[in-house]
Amino acid sequence: MALNMATMNTIGAVRDAVAAKRVSAREVAAEYYRRIAARNRELNAYLTLCEERAYKQADRVDAQVAAGKTLGPLAGVPVAVKDVISTRGIRTTCSSKILSNYIPPYDATAVTRLEAAGAVILGKTNCDEFAMGSSNENSAYGNVQNPAAPGRVPGGSSGGSAAAVAADLAVASLGTDTGGSIRQPGSFCGIPAMMGSYGRVSRYGLIAFASSLDRIGPFAHNVSDVATVLKVMAGRDPNDSTSTTAPVEDYPATLNHPVEGMKIGIPKEYFGAGMDAGVREKINAGIELLRKLGCHVREIQLPHTDYAIATYYIIATAEASSNLARYDGVRYGPRVEADSLISMYRKTRGAGFGAEVKRRIVLGTYVLSAGYYDAYYLKGQKVRALIAEDFRKAFSQVDAIVTPTSPVPPFKLGERDDDPLQMYLADIYTVTGSLAGLPGISVPCGRIGGKLPVGLQIIGPAFGEARVLQLAHAFEQAGGGTL
Amino acid sequence: MKISREDVLRVAELAYLDLSEGELEKYRAQVDEILEYIGKLNELDTTSVAPMAQVLTEMQSADATLREDLVVPCAVADEVLHLAPDPEPPYFRVPKVIER
Repeated sequence: MALNMATMNTIGAVRDAVAAKRVSAREVAAEYYRRIAARNRELNAYLTLCEERAYKQADRVDAQVAAGKTLGPLAGVPVAVKDVISTRGIRTTCSSKILSNYIPPYDATAVTRLEAAGAVILGKTNCDEFAMGSSNENSAYGNVQNPAAPGRVPGGSSGGSAAAVAADLAVASLGTDTGGSIRQPGSFCGIPAMMGSYGRVSRYGLIAFASSLDRIGPFAHNVSDVATVLKVMAGRDPNDSTSTTAPVEDYPATLNHPVEGMKIGIPKEYFGAGMDAGVREKINAGIELLRKLGCHVREIQLPHTDYAIATYYIIATAEASSNLARYDGVRYGPRVEADSLISMYRKTRGAGFGAEVKRRIVLGTYVLSAGYYDAYYLKGQKVRALIAEDFRKAFSQVDAIVTPTSPVPPFKLGERDDDPLQMYLADIYTVTGSLAGLPGISVPCGRIGGKLPVGLQIIGPAFGEARVLQLAHAFEQAGGGTL
Repeated sequence: MKISREDVLRVAELAYLDLSEGELEKYRAQVDEILEYIGKLNELDTTSVAPMAQVLTEMQSADATLREDLVVPCAVADEVLHLAPDPEPPYFRVPKVIER
């Protein structure tokens, strides 16, 4: 019986078929490259393809199959990697001109672990420049189309990674989340997307935007696959001193634990005036579904929510201004020649960075500068502590917190070009979890008018990934995605 | 108005960023609006709140985050130099820094 390649879209389908020799890992990779050739021009999800590396890895997996060796949990599974994550020998641009020719001499730990598990890395995906943005409209290499909603943004900053999975151009992909950049694109493209707690996955090799906020996390077609990829990547890394020593639980094995009796908190601050009516309807239906599953739903308060955007945009931009100081034309990237060193720095950076990046560097430098540090950065750090405390108090009463992922459904490309502050304000539901270091997943929660995907966010306590995944899995299995 | 043209010029100098006249005014206006919004943090009394620089929990112990100060081989010069715009191994060549 001929294998139907169109069904090779989940980790289980690919791995089982490869292990049973119904298909080779090489054939699976070739199938995915065919799909990419057919659709990437339109979607612009991928920036760089690494066929040589992919086929080498596929052949390695096929040799293991032939030799009867035990296969890794991602054996033969095609994966895409966001272009802010270092891949040795494969161009890594952060979707910026300032790294247009940068080829990392090393792999990120997350990448190493994926490949050790047998994953076949197909290529690097498009994103907002240096992960700064919520629509993938800040890439120096063009916009990404939302495969689930033509003409609309895929979300950002991990728009390419979300679009690749949503369009079946990868079985799973890696994104990064600093203020919502995994969860929101997952929501906009109609697929599950998760960030583990801060420190859950090593940041070694992740080209830094905001070091106290950045996280790497997976996109996939279902929660079970998200759990599998997270487990492969998670765990202490000596190369990242902020990576946790907390043991990695077996997320896939505990997915089916019953959620009946779990206490769910609904923060009233997240259901105010700014939410789109269509989003509200779907999320309310989602909450009702959780009730049907036996969860005890109650209202909670996160009183400092209203200050989260201001706090985030102080801290994140301040850290970014420091992290992006290294792009100066000295050691890597294109250089604009000049007579003096300072002039070279200024011209190189002026030419190499896009508008959003420059705006954030200006803001970040300002809030750190002498005379303003106390009023802005220090203040921001204090409010961050208050926001984290809100969550700690809430988790003494509930097991998980449920909110919309985004107050709005995917908007049209170009619709929000003129007003950066408006764009920032739409991050309100995701920056809070980022600031508090907590794990969060976005699961599909229906489509408005059958067309515009909505995401339901589940936030857990620190290192409560297992619980978050259990709820998300139960929700998905009960039909949450088609509400 | 919270941020002036001079403020942006000063910041651009600190951040080694060349901005065109158009960019200067555009970012000034946008950052001004954002700073205006950020001002809402002043509604909160944080005098007795300790600043939170990191979200590390008890699960990241000091033992785990510190290591012995050992010298290990790090022979990456060749790989790294060939990424540079103007390498002169073992140096990165740059325009003159010190004026004579």
